Amino acid sequence: MHATTAPPEPGDTDVDLRGVRDARHDRLFRYALMACALLVLAALLGAAASTAWGGRLAFETFGLRFLWSEAWDAVNGDFGALVPIYGTVVTALIAMTIAVPVSFGIALFLTEVAPNWMRTPIASAIELLAGIPSIIFGMWGLFVFAPFLAEHVEPWVNDHLGAIPGVGALFQGPPLGIGMLTAGIVLAIMIIPYISSVMREVFLTVPTRLKESAYALGSTTWEVVWDIVLPYTRSAVIGGVFLGLGRALGETMAVTFVLGNAHQLSASLLMPSNSIASVIANEFTEAYTDLHRSSLIALGFLLFVVTFVVLAVAKLMLLRLARREGA
Amino acid sequence: MFKTIAIRVAVTAAVLFGAASAHATDITGAGSSFVYPVLSKWSATYAEKTGNRINYQSIGSGGGIAQIKAATVDFGASDAPLSAEDLAKFGLGQFPVVVGGIVPVINVEGVKAGQLKLTGEVLADIYLGKITKWNDPALAGLNPGVALPAKAITVVHRSDGSGTSYNFTNYLSKVSPEWKAKVGFGTSVPWPTGLGGKGNEGVSAYVSQIKNSIGYVEYAYALQNKMTYTQMQNAAGNYLEPNAKAFAAAAATADWAGAKDFNLIMTNAPGADAWPITATTWAIMYKQAKNAEHAKAAFDFFKWSFENGQQQAASLDYVALPKELVDRIENYWKTEFKQ
Repeated sequence: MHATTAPPEPGDTDVDLRGVRDARHDRLFRYALMACALLVLAALLGAAASTAWGGRLAFETFGLRFLWSEAWDAVNGDFGALVPIYGTVVTALIAMTIAVPVSFGIALFLTEVAPNWMRTPIASAIELLAGIPSIIFGMWGLFVFAPFLAEHVEPWVNDHLGAIPGVGALFQGPPLGIGMLTAGIVLAIMIIPYISSVMREVFLTVPTRLKESAYALGSTTWEVVWDIVLPYTRSAVIGGVFLGLGRALGETMAVTFVLGNAHQLSASLLMPSNSIASVIANEFTEAYTDLHRSSLIALGFLLFVVTFVVLAVAKLMLLRLARREGA
Repeated sequence: MFKTIAIRVAVTAAVLFGAASAHATDITGAGSSFVYPVLSKWSATYAEKTGNRINYQSIGSGGGIAQIKAATVDFGASDAPLSAEDLAKFGLGQFPVVVGGIVPVINVEGVKAGQLKLTGEVLADIYLGKITKWNDPALAGLNPGVALPAKAITVVHRSDGSGTSYNFTNYLSKVSPEWKAKVGFGTSVPWPTGLGGKGNEGVSAYVSQIKNSIGYVEYAYALQNKMTYTQMQNAAGNYLEPNAKAFAAAAATADWAGAKDFNLIMTNAPGADAWPITATTWAIMYKQAKNAEHAKAAFDFFKWSFENGQQQAASLDYVALPKELVDRIENYWKTEFKQ
């Protein structure tokens, strides 16, 4: 029977049928999308739970002492996470101190200042830099950059910055070229592409209208950037910064090559240290005892915790900023 | 263009699969990365000769032990021997596969390879952080005529757990009571001082770059990177340069007769010409084979390697096991393993 010949009844027309079908498709589509998002959540929770479970022997054995013990003695089975946590946080901090201003400069240059013919080549170069595997950065750091620092930079740093009372303690020690400062700088170079390409993308979204109005009122480029571009894109910019920070905290190979992998706690940035990811990479294959292996997995769990705490603090700061602005 | 590539792929695939189907047995092994180069070279030649392939995963000794205990591989390989209890508990047996040397390397201006003399005690004191300058009286006393600078020593060790560190620290424990008490030995130990380089390549890179440093690497790395190795005093009191002859002498004079299941670390071997830091890797297999055909193929492979693999081992700067030790191992197979 042809639909056109039948008397029109509600629920039976083409239009109504289509409505039902569309609603069903919409529902399926929503479930599919939700499954995609939940997959991420499940992976995250699964990884956190399994590292916590794998590290339970270490947590049971050492308790909270695991967090602030300096020991790392595989022979006598005494492990503590303080040195790796310290090394991870310090190298990431050095990296952020360098990478954030430089990335900000790159992104501003590319969106506001650079002549048109320069924008695409530099932007592609940055994206290319982001694609270089970290082991290449590690080898470059070890064979090229570390000797350069040891020969030319660190002796100067020793003599000049090391002499300053107070801060000087950060810059004393033998100029080996290997250590937290080198690792931090290599990390900075690695994360600059991430942060700057996010910044560039979001700076491009600022409506030209707003910027032109500010220029018309006689603003300098800096005033436009500081008062118009940055407030407009702030949360996305901070998101980009934390993407870089997350990478700096978790980076393994490049850091392992230039950090020195020494289980020592020292104030000086020129001294070798250790990071969570590189301890795991270094020792996991030859960890014979259950306690040693468990302690390494527990370190993995702590990396989750450290990253989570850092991101949570950042989110809180953002919220507070937004509230103050709203008031 | 596309067609030729497609044909090539098809041909390659046909060759590969054809070859695979012709194989009698594929043996699997896992463990130590120390033996990986020589095992893969041996297995390539062995596969050409017999069609039996050896698929060896160099996942580290710890992994190798775990895999053989779980019986997922036909043999495990470890840089540290298993204890008698562990072997008995799992019904496993072990035997050495190949010998290699570990050498101290230094980077001191004006000092040439083989020029500096070290004793075990002095080496231990350097790694303990007790001897901190190159012109320390202990070092200068051993080396009259060598101009040693008044510079601080930078100690370099392995950052990753490794059989190289295991044997090096085992040697230091044997020659220095203080090292034994404070540090002990193992694949990774709580180093009292110094920098950690990842892998032999990491240590050799650090030592090459950092002036006035000292490290330890497998002999092959010292040779390939033209590093300044040192002489060592051995247990008999003689100073030796590291070379294949000295490693072989250590393997030959170590007290294998008194070592049940070859549970013997041959550092500080007694021979007059024995290099003091000589290492081996053990293959670990079930005494009651889980898969008789695979076990037999594995034994055949090791027998072939012991009898025909010396040249290839030497080309990679390993030393093949001395004849007497091979006889001892083959006897061990007969008495301990059910074949």
